[in-house]
Amino acid sequence: MKFQIGDVTVYFPYDNIYPEQYEYMVELKRALDAKGHCLLEMPTGTGKTIALLSLITSYVLSKPQSPLKLLYCTRTVHEMEKTLAELKKLHDYQVQHLGPAAKILAVGLSSRKNLCVNPRVVSAENRDSVDAGCRKLTASWVRALAESNPNVPTCEFFEEYERAGSGAVLPPGVYTLQDLRAFGKFKGWCPYFLARHMVQFANVVVYSYQYLLDPKVAGIISKEMQRESVVVFDEAHNIDNVCIESLSVSVRRQTLEGATRNLTKVDQEIRRFKATDESRLRAEYNRLVEGLAQRGDLQVNDTWLANPALPDDILRQAVPGNIRRADLFVHVLRRLVQYLKGRLETDNVEKECPVTFVNSINNHAGIDQKTLKFCYDRLHSLMLTLEITDTDDFLPIQTICDFATLVGTYARGFSIIIEPFDERMPDVRDPVLQLSCHDASLAIKPVFDRFQTVVITSGTLSPIDLYPRLLNFNPVVSRSFTMSLTRDCICPMVLTRGSDQLPVSTKFDMRSDLGVVRNYGRLLLEMVSVVPDGIVCFFVSYSYMDEIVSSWNESGILKEIMQHKLVFIETQDVVETTLALDNYRRACDCGRGAVFFSVARGKVAEGIDFDRHYGRLVIMFGVPFQYTLSKILLARLEYLRDTFQIKEGDFLTFDALRQAAQCVGRVIRSKADYGMMIFADKRYSRHDKRSKLPGWILSHLHDAHLNLSTDMAVHIAREFLRKMAQPYDKAGGSGIKTLLTQHDLQKMVEGHMNEMLY
Amino acid sequence: MASGHVMKRVKYKTSVKDPGTPGVLKMSGDRIAFIPHNPNSASKLDVNFRSVKGHKNTKEGSNKPPWLNLTNDQGGSYIFEFESYPDMHICRDYVGKIIAKSGEPAKTAPAKPDMIAPDEQINTAELEVRIKLLREDSELQKLHKQLVIGGILTEAEFWATRKRLLEREYGNKRKQRVGFKSAMISDIKPATDGRTNRVTFSLTPEIILQIFAEKPAVHQAFLSFVPNKMTEMDFWTKYFRAEYLHSTKNAIAAAAEAAEDEELAIFLKHDDILAEEARRKIRRVDPTVNIEADQGDDYTHLPDHGIFCDEAKETSEPQYELYKRTLAHDINRHAAVVLEGRSVEVELEGTKTVAEALARSKQAEAANEDSAANADQEWLKRLSRLTEIEDLQAPHNHPVAPLCIKDPRDYFDSQQANAVKILGEDPLGTAKRKSAVNSNEAFGFLRECISQVKSVGLHDPIVKSKDALQVFNALAHDISRTKYDVGKISQESALDKLPSTTKEQILHHWASIQELLKHFWSSYPITTSYLYAKVDRLKEAMSQIYPQLEEIKKSVPANHKQQVSVLVRQMHQALDSAFQHYDADQQKRSAKSDQRLNGMRE
Repeated sequence: MKFQIGDVTVYFPYDNIYPEQYEYMVELKRALDAKGHCLLEMPTGTGKTIALLSLITSYVLSKPQSPLKLLYCTRTVHEMEKTLAELKKLHDYQVQHLGPAAKILAVGLSSRKNLCVNPRVVSAENRDSVDAGCRKLTASWVRALAESNPNVPTCEFFEEYERAGSGAVLPPGVYTLQDLRAFGKFKGWCPYFLARHMVQFANVVVYSYQYLLDPKVAGIISKEMQRESVVVFDEAHNIDNVCIESLSVSVRRQTLEGATRNLTKVDQEIRRFKATDESRLRAEYNRLVEGLAQRGDLQVNDTWLANPALPDDILRQAVPGNIRRADLFVHVLRRLVQYLKGRLETDNVEKECPVTFVNSINNHAGIDQKTLKFCYDRLHSLMLTLEITDTDDFLPIQTICDFATLVGTYARGFSIIIEPFDERMPDVRDPVLQLSCHDASLAIKPVFDRFQTVVITSGTLSPIDLYPRLLNFNPVVSRSFTMSLTRDCICPMVLTRGSDQLPVSTKFDMRSDLGVVRNYGRLLLEMVSVVPDGIVCFFVSYSYMDEIVSSWNESGILKEIMQHKLVFIETQDVVETTLALDNYRRACDCGRGAVFFSVARGKVAEGIDFDRHYGRLVIMFGVPFQYTLSKILLARLEYLRDTFQIKEGDFLTFDALRQAAQCVGRVIRSKADYGMMIFADKRYSRHDKRSKLPGWILSHLHDAHLNLSTDMAVHIAREFLRKMAQPYDKAGGSGIKTLLTQHDLQKMVEGHMNEMLY
Repeated sequence: MASGHVMKRVKYKTSVKDPGTPGVLKMSGDRIAFIPHNPNSASKLDVNFRSVKGHKNTKEGSNKPPWLNLTNDQGGSYIFEFESYPDMHICRDYVGKIIAKSGEPAKTAPAKPDMIAPDEQINTAELEVRIKLLREDSELQKLHKQLVIGGILTEAEFWATRKRLLEREYGNKRKQRVGFKSAMISDIKPATDGRTNRVTFSLTPEIILQIFAEKPAVHQAFLSFVPNKMTEMDFWTKYFRAEYLHSTKNAIAAAAEAAEDEELAIFLKHDDILAEEARRKIRRVDPTVNIEADQGDDYTHLPDHGIFCDEAKETSEPQYELYKRTLAHDINRHAAVVLEGRSVEVELEGTKTVAEALARSKQAEAANEDSAANADQEWLKRLSRLTEIEDLQAPHNHPVAPLCIKDPRDYFDSQQANAVKILGEDPLGTAKRKSAVNSNEAFGFLRECISQVKSVGLHDPIVKSKDALQVFNALAHDISRTKYDVGKISQESALDKLPSTTKEQILHHWASIQELLKHFWSSYPITTSYLYAKVDRLKEAMSQIYPQLEEIKKSVPANHKQQVSVLVRQMHQALDSAFQHYDADQQKRSAKSDQRLNGMRE
């Protein structure tokens, strides 16, 4: 369907539209018109992504004189694929209605590991070895060597891509990672470098948060983006965590040992070069005098991760004299590593701010703040000069230099915490030195400054006024939409007691109580016999999940559960988890039914949808609080209290509840879908906890469902499932309209039926 | 082991006392040959298996040497003395098989010839099928009770005419495959005798198959170790020892044990084959759930970058890491195997066969996998389907599952019956209607309908559900009734009018007469005295039904007498012709027997 919003003709690839999608587009357009940032919360299962893509592409189409670029950020690769699939559908629709004029170029960008088609390289285990494998074949010096010596292996895909020169372009269209690989294979061009190149010309780029937020990556990939761009952060409820993570580094014993080994190797290399090719080192020295460390006339295939500090913070000046010479620089690093080793030997927990830490380095190791700041770029330059390609072996020293640069650059918003052992295992000595960032606004600031519109959207952004404070920006539009449902297709419940009327909770003093474990088990057992297809269970942590599952296994509850459904578990091994998820889906598809055990802050909770038959019920066992004794969390809470006047308790509850809401919120895909959510903890019945849940869940949480025991919950589940099995009128016949046709929309725009929405 | 031929070194004896001639016994196809080492020896032997009637052998463990005694049809016997018992067993098995194949003449207990039907060997499975069929079909049960238990037909005869039915039943059975149990293998609990520390595990081929499927390393180890390196018993003892070590969750102890015993280590270590399989599968995984791909994209996974979560603390040292196995892993693996289903179709007998069958099916699977190259395209399609919001657009045409009619005849017969019925009814129906509406009215009504449709549009369900249900019921009724309709269409209406008890009786008699006649006619020409006896029995039974039919004819009320007599007459006619044939045959037979030519005629 197509319709007008103001002066924009919106092309929407479906016959009908939800009223909230329309509202969402209207708000989004206001933000685009105002060239300002916006914050939009809309429940999951209302088609946020397609509404967003439709409006922005249509906006661009109707204003061809001012081309906007869309940078769409997702948290995960699979979300990226989903987004691109939706965009493909939209693009097909627009091309069909507008002809070739509507053609755009949209690419997904990921790392070499996901894009490489060279079988020799891509078979490597992890990302770093794929990166290193690629460098070994494509680095400029390797290629130069290969020209004289045909025995030096190169990558035929990269060579082919280089040979095609400026002719190597992607024709317009929407390319998922899969499509890019297929195209690359077909043409014989390297898809990774092709995509990297095409990002500058593409109308829509879909990539991961890190490509914009993490300065190490953003520095190389998102450097060239124009100001006239719309940046979208989808599923952005955790954006503050991503921001602070991108600026945090930790150093352990193993890191320091690795770094020492790296330095020895670098030393050897330097000596070898001195003997054979000293002019090269001298050339580097001259370059550094001119301050070319991070600019460089480097080719695209030689780039490394960029400086971990933000671009504005990097001073454009010459590298300090004391580290210009390679051997001196290695010496400085040795002293730094030695100093850090000494600091790790402490017996007490220590907490410092960067300023005192830098002073202490200066006093004990004789390295001043400016030198620290240049460590990363200096290392980078040295590695290039020494022509080191197996970069995956040099990660520890890279980490140390990251740390040095960050600590030398920022004076506030960070703290350095040294813990000699883990709080929970005091007898095992495992010292760690952490540089943790507390200020989420630091990493995202350049994004807000550089691009004219930044859209932050998610299904759970409650309370919506907290995000502008955390991220320190002023949105021109900030709105939370409710969901108009045709029928009560979500059924949240708060379960406070087991069938024996004893309270259930994961509160620290209760969680390993056998009664609670048994009651949780009985709850799941009752539910697997009532609910069809898929059930998802979320636990508060891996350790708690392990504990409870083995306890169920011993008591035979697990065996009984298996009589009804297959059981799959998320583990810390991503490969296994992925396979388990895939199997889970197949079990749901074939009608066998399955249960998936997952963890509230794990990878699965982050971005896997359990819509339709993949999830008819979600059980949240407990309240997923963060580990409150963690020193980093405490430091962050302190920072939040001092800078933003956010109370510790409030933040913790907010964080736990957004996590819980995120877990249960993924059961709904559309208004035709249905699902139940059980919050199994007595603490959810308290108002201060419950009220932090997003509005669209709260509005369906009846008072009668606030204090349930297992048997009552089973009864409600039966009733609900029976009700959902009945046929219903999709358009929401009586009263409010929940599905609009083009006709309805036109009428609404004419102002005759404004009341229809509310 | 029923390979082409068997060759063994033996001593041939013509009698028990005979010291025996050394030579080679060769059995192949249907011949037994003995070739003495001394070519001049007279005791050369070359006989056909057909002449061998039975075999005896000395028991192992008795103090007699391994002898195999073959009795021939002339009452004589060949005795072979083997060098060892295993040799003898091989030959005995071979002989047994050949003799069984060549059929009843070689039965070790040659029964009274010709009197008893070829005694079929029914296994329990077949028996079960029969019982099930009887239980499901009351009519068949009645018939069975009357004819078989009444002694008119034997069990075998009764079922011989229903082979198709049995086969179909069998076929259905085969189609539904049994999957793995939903219980995990770790649920196999040992039995303890309570006094000593000894525990006993009982393994069935079922469980073994499951263990092999879930743990490819164990499977691999079994194939390579048993029986060359260790016995099966030792193998499983080691396996459960490893399981026990795992259950103690003491990785260090496990590592220590593994260091001492390299076979044990195989069970304790991580399963490399599984890891390899995972790597292969991960490439074909649904891209929308592929969190593994994030690992390549997520820069915070660089060691020591980002805030490390409180979970990632692994304190154990790397060398013990190898021996750690989590419950979660086992559960995932178990569920995956159950979901995959069982690919092994063989009867579960020995562990060895199970292991080999599984290995074969694995190979086949691997071969299939390589050919699935267009999986990518499928994923793309699926992905776009998954991303659609279903209620914002008209529903897709969902793929329709084909209607499965068990026996197509049921369907076509019912159609035919309907057609016949409609033909019969039609003149009556239209005549009635003609009187009710004239053409003008009909036209007017039609016009009204059309204009209504124009203004209102079609009703959403074009046909009211009530009407649809009615039609459906009528159709379903017809199909269920077909059995009665077919073959008796002409009488159908008449039959319906009869009182139900009479109808039942007639139908029952009709069925039994049909059954008897079928057997009766199929017995001709009478070639054996067995058939002769059977025909006698059948005739007896039929002549008993004859008066019963008369009875029915008499007992029905006067208004139905006409119809019943028509029905009964047909049956009588059928029976009469049978009797006639019987009598004629009897006469011929007696004429022949006068000439003392024993009953081989016609």
